[in-house]
Amino acid sequence: MDKYEVVIGLEVHLELRTETKIFCPCPTTFGDEPNTHVCPVCLGLPGVLPVLNKRALEFAVLTGLALNCDINSHSKFDRKNYFYPDLPKAYQISQYDFPVAKQGHLSMQTNGETRVIGINRVHLEEDAGKLIHSEDGLYSLVDYNRTGVPLVEIVSEPDIRSAEEARVFLEALKRILLYTRVSDCKMEEGSLRCDANISIRLKGETELGTKTELKNMNSFKAVQKGLEFEVERQIERLERGERIIQETLRWDEGSAETISMRSKEEAHDYRYFPEPDLVPMEIGTQIVEEVKKRLPELPQEKKERFVIQYGLPEYDAEVLTSTREMADFFEDCVKGFPEPKIVSNWVMGEMSRHMNAAGLDFCNNKVLPEHLVEMLEMLQQGRISGKMAKDIFAEMFSSGKKAEQVVAEKGLEQISDQGVLEGIVEEVIKNNPGPVADYRAKKKKALGYLVGQAMKATRGSANPQMVNAILRDKLK
Amino acid sequence: MNLYQLKIHEAHELIRDRKVSSEELLLSVLARVEDVEGIVQGFVTVTGDYALKKARETDQKIDRGQKVGPLTGIPFALKDNMCSKDILTTCSSKILKNFVPPYNAEVFDRLEEQGAVLVGKTNMDEFAMGSSTENSGYFSTRNPWDPARVPGGSSGGSAAVVAADEVPFALGSDTGGSIRQPASYCGVVGMKPTYGRVSRYGLIAFASSLDQIGPLTRDVRDCALVMNAICGQDPKDSTSAPVEVPDYSSFIGKPVKGIRMGIAEEYFSLGINDEVRKIVEKAIARLDSLGMGKVELSLPHTSYALPAYYLVSPAEASSNLARYDGIRYGFRYEDSESLLETYKKTRSVGFGTEVKRRIMLGTYALSSGYYDAYYLKAQKVRTLIKSDFDQAFEKCDVIVTPTAPTVSFRTGEKVRDPLQMYLNDVFTIPVSMSGLPAISIPCGFIKGLPVGLQIIGKPFDEGTILQVAAAFEESMPFEDMKPGFGSYAKGGA
Ligand SMILES: [Zn+2]
Repeated sequence: MDKYEVVIGLEVHLELRTETKIFCPCPTTFGDEPNTHVCPVCLGLPGVLPVLNKRALEFAVLTGLALNCDINSHSKFDRKNYFYPDLPKAYQISQYDFPVAKQGHLSMQTNGETRVIGINRVHLEEDAGKLIHSEDGLYSLVDYNRTGVPLVEIVSEPDIRSAEEARVFLEALKRILLYTRVSDCKMEEGSLRCDANISIRLKGETELGTKTELKNMNSFKAVQKGLEFEVERQIERLERGERIIQETLRWDEGSAETISMRSKEEAHDYRYFPEPDLVPMEIGTQIVEEVKKRLPELPQEKKERFVIQYGLPEYDAEVLTSTREMADFFEDCVKGFPEPKIVSNWVMGEMSRHMNAAGLDFCNNKVLPEHLVEMLEMLQQGRISGKMAKDIFAEMFSSGKKAEQVVAEKGLEQISDQGVLEGIVEEVIKNNPGPVADYRAKKKKALGYLVGQAMKATRGSANPQMVNAILRDKLK
Repeated sequence: MNLYQLKIHEAHELIRDRKVSSEELLLSVLARVEDVEGIVQGFVTVTGDYALKKARETDQKIDRGQKVGPLTGIPFALKDNMCSKDILTTCSSKILKNFVPPYNAEVFDRLEEQGAVLVGKTNMDEFAMGSSTENSGYFSTRNPWDPARVPGGSSGGSAAVVAADEVPFALGSDTGGSIRQPASYCGVVGMKPTYGRVSRYGLIAFASSLDQIGPLTRDVRDCALVMNAICGQDPKDSTSAPVEVPDYSSFIGKPVKGIRMGIAEEYFSLGINDEVRKIVEKAIARLDSLGMGKVELSLPHTSYALPAYYLVSPAEASSNLARYDGIRYGFRYEDSESLLETYKKTRSVGFGTEVKRRIMLGTYALSSGYYDAYYLKAQKVRTLIKSDFDQAFEKCDVIVTPTAPTVSFRTGEKVRDPLQMYLNDVFTIPVSMSGLPAISIPCGFIKGLPVGLQIIGKPFDEGTILQVAAAFEESMPFEDMKPGFGSYAKGGA
């Protein structure tokens, strides 16, 4: 279907990791007993008033800066009015015409090329509660713990051109947001949610086609699958000469199709107006500069720096900077053991393999950078072999012990003493006249056998390179 | 003289000097309530037991030597739109007929901290929408000067119980005149402070950008004492202003010579009753004779204030009142098949006619396609009205006007004509739309019915208003004028 162009814009809702809610002092903890983190303010009882949590505003500014946005020096809250039981005031405090941040962009790599996707706006709002429906469908219960948890809504420009690009955008966005630590970005816990607007037009056309809005996609994969389905559905309609109906659709994971929720005519009129209970926010340069200081080096810059500073291949730099924690771990190791490529191999290899298997990450596993450095030094000094190192690392990873301790406990230290090894080699030569003769008859394979015998005699702890050299020397 | 007739500052002296206990004062007040409440019907809830407990606690504290503040042991009433922990708070609406808040309004906390004693919650127009207290979801309050007439509104209950000597003071709330107009109709002192002067935390919202709490008292000195207790920034209300609060009592008794009084022609033309105009003109002459300069000025956008107010305030109300949906608290229409039906029936049955009218008006004004023409335009008008006042206050220090165009009208006279009803607030609304402070004090009587004088001040300059009001009161006292409850016999209707 080369004649069509796909146009996608995404709206991402992100729960901010502040300790307390956006307009009251209730904690934002996830997963507790229903209605245990509530107060008159977040329950919207008569007469209560919201008071802005300054942290939430700072996090929103940080998010805006990380997405290269302009920060609005004059910003304000508005009420978005609609009735639903999970919304206790029957309006959501959100932002309409003066969001915290606007006009940014995000660059990402897809199919080997760099794509820049515009960010229309980043605004601050409060989350709603959660309905729990009874199994018989006779009643529903409401949990207001989530009500008033701060959210930012990030709206992209309609610059995304395929379902796959949408997924890549979300991955890149998540990577950046995790770097800023404003959110834990867990789609499965609902702290990151995504809706998509999608339309199709003929290539070269400048007007946008009629769009549909797609909701209820619960993973990045679901976003891609839902959009792929919707692209196909829209193109089929156009091919049949039918028009696209502007509507809101729900992605149904089970049947793998999009289902209509409501048409344009049924769309809500939210009757936005300025929130009179909160004063407008003046986000002065001083606040912006303060927040800027907390803006970390972001994945793209970090990756470029890793290539230049550490001479790493692009691939290594990409993997090492996939999270801020991994990049920090790598850099901490290199400080103690300035062999970047060796460190990179271990961090990307053994370290990641063990963490994936155990379901751990750089925040909660037991191996600290200095532990890995110590082990790498032992390896470099020849005190342990490469093979031993892997076993030692496994033990370090599971027990949290240091390399020295593991080596001592298991008697694993490599024998690299010239005198000791010469004695062992002489013994091997004496006991294996056949292979010795073979070697001298230019049958080179016999050397491997003899080295093996020396290793066996030391239960694997002899330094194989040294044994090799001593054997060659003695059999000259 | 009976204890219940005492003003705050008079009662305070007796309590301070240990001549009267707060319990004795309270018992006198409760007996008075018992006597006249059948006629006045100013209370939705009388908190007799609670008050007795508080009065005794206060007496014990005094016995232990705790300092007696100006409000210590003084009984008072709260308009029923201010939340009181564990005490019914209905907003005179059926939809909140069973609502018991788990928290106090900030003003209530501040008064209790001073040792004041809550006697009850007063009747009002439902959700403060109205000018006669006839829109109460429960019953109408009567004007103590003539029970066939209305006490004004929406703080009609608070004004009536103060006028009828049921309590020394009450708090009301003012959105477009809801303290000043009933103060005028009931012959008491009522002040609307500058928007942001008093915390709105726990005040059940009608129109958030206009609502402001203020005192209703028997004289200006008492007004200053209550202002001292309730004013000042509150971290729980982002719109409360970080402006220092002076000792308002220090303005009482100060000479007013040299304070420039602005007179705006618009306030003497818009549908004003001739006799009211004459009385207000006499009051102005009296102030003039005290040495205040008179400055003629114009507030040209005055006539646009009322229509603009009836777009802005219903718009905010339509959103503020959306939470009463029967899901979490208050009245719920039980016999519904669906969520939507629950919403519709709960709100259709739970709200009164005037409230529904304003919710519809406000919803319409905010609707997509109409927002710019109505809500936004009204906000622009609001800016013009405010700049009228800004310019006027370059030439004067206070502006003196009638509070309302007429005296109290007969119950039932205007209920079928909302526009006539709205016109009652034509002189108070421009002040509310500008966020300015103003007071209403009695300045004369027409056939036994009080007339109110409105004194408007610069933002946060309540002090000068009180200074002028106190000087006028001293020069023209109405101490011997007491409401006679018309033809009603003592003890009830
Ligand atoms: Zn809360």
